[in-house]
Amino acid sequence: MATVLEREPKGLTPKDWASDQEVRWCPGCGDYAILKAVQKTLADLQADPDRTVFISGIGCAARFPYYIESYGFHTIHGRAAAIATGAKLANPELDIWVVSGDGDSLSIGGNHLLHLLRRNVDLVYLLFNNEVYGLTKGQASPTSPRGTVSPSSPGGTLDAPVNAGAFALGAGARFVARVADVVQGPMVEVLTRAHGHTGTSFVEILQNCIVYNDGAFDAVTDKATAAEHQLWCRHGEPLLFAGGTKGVRLVPERFALEIFDVGADGLGAEAALVHDETNPMLAQMLVRLEAPTALGVIFAIEAPSYDAAFSAAAPARKPELADLQRQVGGRTTWEIG
Amino acid sequence: MNEISHLVGAAGPDSLVVRFAGDSGDGMQLTGSRFTQEAALDGADLATFPDFPAEIRAPVGTTFGVSAFQIQFGGRRVRTPGDQLDVLVALNPAALKTNLEDLRHGGTLIVDTAAFVDRNLRKAGYDRDPREDDALDAYRCLEIDITKLTQAAVKPLGVGNRDANRARNFWTLGLVLWLTGRRRSSTQEWIRERFASEPLVRDANLAALDAGHAYGETAELPRLPEVLAKGHSAPLPAGRYRTVTGVEALCYGLVAAARLSGIDLFYGSYPITPASSMLHMLARLGAFGVRTFQAEDEIAAICAAIGASYAGQLGITGSSGPGIALKMEALGLAIATELPLVVIDAQRGGPSTGLPTKTEQSDLFQAVLGRNADSPIVVLAASTPGDCFPVAIEAVRLATRYMTPVMLLTDGFLANASEPWLIPDLAALEPFPVQQGAAADGFKPYARDPETLARAWVPPGTPGLRHRIGGIERAHPTGAISYDPANHQTMTDFRRAKILGIARDIPEQDFVAGGPDDRLLILGWGSTFGAIQSAVDRLRAGGAAVAHAHLRHIWPLPANLGDILAGFDRVLVPELNAGQLNFLLQGVYGCRVESLTKVSGKPFTAAEIETRVKTLLEA
Ligand SMILES: Cc1ncc(C[n+]2csc(CCOP(=O)(O)OP(=O)(O)O)c2C)c(N)n1
Ligand code: SF4
Ligand SMILES: [Mg+2]
Repeated sequence: MATVLEREPKGLTPKDWASDQEVRWCPGCGDYAILKAVQKTLADLQADPDRTVFISGIGCAARFPYYIESYGFHTIHGRAAAIATGAKLANPELDIWVVSGDGDSLSIGGNHLLHLLRRNVDLVYLLFNNEVYGLTKGQASPTSPRGTVSPSSPGGTLDAPVNAGAFALGAGARFVARVADVVQGPMVEVLTRAHGHTGTSFVEILQNCIVYNDGAFDAVTDKATAAEHQLWCRHGEPLLFAGGTKGVRLVPERFALEIFDVGADGLGAEAALVHDETNPMLAQMLVRLEAPTALGVIFAIEAPSYDAAFSAAAPARKPELADLQRQVGGRTTWEIG
Repeated sequence: MNEISHLVGAAGPDSLVVRFAGDSGDGMQLTGSRFTQEAALDGADLATFPDFPAEIRAPVGTTFGVSAFQIQFGGRRVRTPGDQLDVLVALNPAALKTNLEDLRHGGTLIVDTAAFVDRNLRKAGYDRDPREDDALDAYRCLEIDITKLTQAAVKPLGVGNRDANRARNFWTLGLVLWLTGRRRSSTQEWIRERFASEPLVRDANLAALDAGHAYGETAELPRLPEVLAKGHSAPLPAGRYRTVTGVEALCYGLVAAARLSGIDLFYGSYPITPASSMLHMLARLGAFGVRTFQAEDEIAAICAAIGASYAGQLGITGSSGPGIALKMEALGLAIATELPLVVIDAQRGGPSTGLPTKTEQSDLFQAVLGRNADSPIVVLAASTPGDCFPVAIEAVRLATRYMTPVMLLTDGFLANASEPWLIPDLAALEPFPVQQGAAADGFKPYARDPETLARAWVPPGTPGLRHRIGGIERAHPTGAISYDPANHQTMTDFRRAKILGIARDIPEQDFVAGGPDDRLLILGWGSTFGAIQSAVDRLRAGGAAVAHAHLRHIWPLPANLGDILAGFDRVLVPELNAGQLNFLLQGVYGCRVESLTKVSGKPFTAAEIETRVKTLLEA
């Protein structure tokens, strides 16, 4: 979001961004941590609550707008992207955040997300990926790994999951980032970048559903294993992880990424790829890495937003009634009587 | 001349019905619309019926590739495109095969002999050339080698035969203009302008038009009876006229409403016949406060429109039956969140893909009832091409005043048909400035105006009035999520009362013809208007005590409609579906109503209605 603050900062704190509604997620749900990070981001940005709009679909994640002290629209399952598009085109001054779950975004709403991303409407899109349908009580979702046992798939799912980041890149997203619910500091940083980016800023947030899919991201988020599993992507910095003991390098013969131990086989830290967030090929490879999991801003390039192009394409207004009268009157006319 | 004199009859002495029929590639729609313009400029009243196939380029010469354009015009009031043809132009055997049955006995048939070759005859399903047996004896048959004559006309320009064939329609038009005593100057002007950058095509078309016109004279073909005496025009109300199609009138109505309301419009749509032409037209009216958005599907189209309404513009979406079905869940969201929205349904034959290019009125149930839950909305129906203008304005007025979705029903016939239109004086239209925002003090998103029961329209960006809305039931009047049973009853009651209360804000139902003392009432809605009006004109002229009332407001129904219905022993409801309005009326008023139904993809003829009324009156 490139909108510049026009008003005096109001000195709002994260608390001021909490609405008066009682938060109703299950205790321990990862959504709480995301809510906290978003409220902190908004306070840090000194965003204008009167121009900020949270638009969501349906699901546990989609309750989000009720908990933010801004304008909010809790819509219908899968359609938040389309509704947000209309709202942004009608009033480009709005600072829009879309909040959606993995089912909302990638099952019922997959088509709208695809088109939102290719159009590049200027808003922040938060996909809370818990790899399950939370609100409808635990069915497999389009991001659940193959073989997921759930009430709707007692013998394990048969379908392959979709990789949210790869989908977004495939759809032409110009900003793709990934974070996890528990990493508060980095999440605020990523959200701040996302907000500052012009166009659709797609942020996948790995989110723990403590009730129906607890521990889905333990490897990434557990203190004990986090270092081994979190590959933080920072533009211009080497892709190292596990405290710098491991790195990601390109094997040109296979055009593939490879994990290597720094110091082994004569490969030093300099053998690691340097992250280039403007490189779409690298981004595709990074979002698909499973161990470690790529986090941070994976891809970001500048491009004009759809809403800016839409506004620019508006024909000059003809405000005179006579102009409209002429238009309605047509060119070929005759008189009777 | 003798055989011509008995031509007068079917359509009455003051009007003629002409149909141009040919292959989809023969330019029949263009021919028809040019003819329409000439008749209109002479002061005729008229009604047209373009009828084209669903296939874009159907195989040449096939019956399913036939495209036709029908017009009735004359010096009297003309309500319909006509029941029976006085003149049929059939540029190939397939056009003859599919249209001949509509030509009345004694009518004039014009065929292009060059097209009656074995291959074409077989494609049309003729075992032998119909001209060789007595099949055409009942008609006055003008067999002309139009192809050869057109080629000869353009040859001096250096135009080859293949290109010459593209000018065949102008040759034909020239001939029919001559036969009917019409001028061709506006068509000449049009050709000069349209083909300015292609001088050869321009000159070929002009030459063909002139040659066709001259042919009538040199071949000494008897002219058709003049239905519009020179210097006289049809008895239309005085004023300046243009021709207008339903789509044009509707789009102009929307932009006029933007001005009257002071609110910009956002039109979200996904292409579908016969609704696409609204998207095309509105896309060119951006200077007048409307922007268009071609969405990825119908759901996105309505959702984007809802988003726009939420953000302070008036969201509008248009589609046809199948697309409207896709929009219904989102429409429920607009009902729940009480946002203004206009949904235009250009009805076509169904179910499913059905008959994309043919007209029908079978979405009435879908409009009034077709949603989950108790989800009332306003439903309006336009009755003629020109009527689409005021109805579009009314849709915007009600949507914004009552914070509700409004469904506007048109159909394939209305969308494409044209008629002379008294150009409205925009300065004389009543503005209805729309309020947005609310007093900050004690603002409650679902507090209601005591008169309209509408909530305030407070778009995001309004300082100090932050609030949240959504599809989960909202507490009265705070809008907070509420699962409270009593609250759901309250809110359901409010939603119902708000829509039904609109009956107080719409005109009482009146009569188009006749009144409460007549023996039988024909109650119509939508595009059956012209056919009913013609039938009633004739019936009343014959002394039958028949009244006609026509609904614009389908939901809520006009407050006095129940009393009107109760005053008649017999009520006939003609509609192009299996009896949907009838069903609704029985449900609302418990009254017995007769149905006249038809779903052949074609509008009613006046005769069909007339015959049925006579049977009822005799019973
Ligand atoms: C049209 C429609 N179909 C189905 C549902 C039921 N439904 C509500 S939420 C949901 C899935 C939510 O999963 P996800 O988007 O992953 O969100 P989460 O609850 O996990 O945050 C479904 C199927 C609905 N509300 N509307
Ligand atoms: S079901 Fe899962 S995602 Fe939903 S609130 Fe509970 S823990 Fe969170
Ligand atoms: Mg989920």
